[in-house]
Amino acid sequence: MNDLTHVMEGRPGDNFAAGFDVARVRADFPILARKVYDRPLVFLDSGASAQKPNAVIDGMAEFLRRDYANIHRGVYYLSQVATERYEATRKTVARFLNAGSPDEIVFTSNVTEAINLLAASYGRAHFAAGDEVVVSHMEHHANIVPWQLLEQQIGIKLRVAPIDDRGQLLLEEYDKLLGPRTKLVAMTHVSNVMGTVTPAKEIVRLAHDKGIPVLLDGAQAVVHSSVDVQDLDVDFYAFTGHKLYGPTGVGVLYGKADLLAEMPPYQGGGDMIATVSFDGTTFREPPHRFEAGTPPIAEVIGLGLAIDYISGFDMAAIAAHEHDLLTYTTRRLSEIEGLKIYGEAEHKAAIISFTLDGIHAHDLGTLVDRAGIAIRVGHHCAEPLMDRFGIAATARASFAMYNTREDADALIEAVKEAQRFFG
Amino acid sequence: MFDDLRDLYQEVILDHGKNPRNLRQPADANRLAHGDNPLCGDRIVVYLTVGDDKIIRDVAFDGRGCAISMASASMMTEILKGKTVEEATRLFDSFHKMCTEDAFDPEAETETDPDDLDRLSVLAGVREFPIRVKCATLAWHTMNAAVNGRDRASTE
Repeated sequence: MNDLTHVMEGRPGDNFAAGFDVARVRADFPILARKVYDRPLVFLDSGASAQKPNAVIDGMAEFLRRDYANIHRGVYYLSQVATERYEATRKTVARFLNAGSPDEIVFTSNVTEAINLLAASYGRAHFAAGDEVVVSHMEHHANIVPWQLLEQQIGIKLRVAPIDDRGQLLLEEYDKLLGPRTKLVAMTHVSNVMGTVTPAKEIVRLAHDKGIPVLLDGAQAVVHSSVDVQDLDVDFYAFTGHKLYGPTGVGVLYGKADLLAEMPPYQGGGDMIATVSFDGTTFREPPHRFEAGTPPIAEVIGLGLAIDYISGFDMAAIAAHEHDLLTYTTRRLSEIEGLKIYGEAEHKAAIISFTLDGIHAHDLGTLVDRAGIAIRVGHHCAEPLMDRFGIAATARASFAMYNTREDADALIEAVKEAQRFFG
Repeated sequence: MFDDLRDLYQEVILDHGKNPRNLRQPADANRLAHGDNPLCGDRIVVYLTVGDDKIIRDVAFDGRGCAISMASASMMTEILKGKTVEEATRLFDSFHKMCTEDAFDPEAETETDPDDLDRLSVLAGVREFPIRVKCATLAWHTMNAAVNGRDRASTE
């Protein structure tokens, strides 16, 4: 469907990095054709949730119309079809992450649930009072609070690896935090606020040198470049469907088979058991042990469709296109007086957080909205990071494969207009 | 581009937002409360100096936020000075209705000074922006907590 050898002519100003045809991509996302306040939608909040291509929208509808039934239960035809499609998606995800086996793919509802699963199952089984979990200063609340719950519940300690003023992990400081009491490193792969790409391989290697397993939060990472969990040698990896052009309600926890095998169940219920009796219950093998109850079946199918969709592209071409948007927008925003960008790491995904002198991010968000531009404003569920920089909120533009330089131009014009408005 | 936002951002709001009055920490304050808007991370502290006669001698605030929350806090400090605690609470109730109820009728607010409501009516534009209502009411929620002996308020 998305064979890019066929290059169509784009609009002026569009970027054609590595033969990437953004006009054609945009045509796949019907929402991009709509207007808000009589202006063309400029959607720059894909970091919060990405828009969906027809392949996902229509594919999910088709599944619900034709193939839907509960899975893993029925002996009848439809249930078998639905089960096959559900399990085929597990294989799709395994290929997408280059996991060793589909059995290493656990479906969750989102990254938040994936991390809570890990904390509740792995954490409670392996951590004791005084043990430590190492995170970074730029984590999303979803990778802070589950560990804080374990602080309260079993007395572990959360240690925070610092970052520099450009928003980069201080690797030496991180290494110093790894000690005999460190039981897990839980770190973002790409900062949702600053776009910083963390040195995942180094993070993993340094932890493994001391026998410590690593979880990477890939919520913002999988959409911007290809992720290979075997190459990273990471022990756990979490991502979510809706930031990857898929539906909400489905996420993934990858775990190495040997680690998942020794993890106790997270939630009890149907579908995760081998046998149940009042004398005792036995549990299924991973990944089913961690998927209690009827899962989000249509959403899992939708995630598979989203992965199929982006697999039709060269991930390197997507990355090059987004990198062009990042450098172009960063340069043009930097020219605006009183504008400060937070996050100037050497390796960045196309996420730009900024503040404007004299204009609070919320006011800016309300203003640019009237120009049809959707950006996120606030603390981005990363309050410790905001505190690190001594700010309460930023405006954040996050780019996806369907964005153009014209989207960036619209944002820049609206920011300048906002400055005139607040004079 | 933003002309239809002039109702929300009236000149008075821009002025108070840029030059907030009573943005300070009075040493003699005897009531204070912290206010949080968990949605956006705005934090505010409201300080009150209340006499034995229940009259508010001084009101001030500290914090940072958007133009609307700063303007609302700033105007609140000007209006409440000299009022009794009961009057402040009643004005909070009326102001809250003004920011949230489309059918709000200032004439029906017989317990509050119409001039005060008139001054605050520049903030009523938030009614059209549900997500911004909390910006306009955070300082007031916090003040209300302080005069009623609570030390925390949240817009949630």
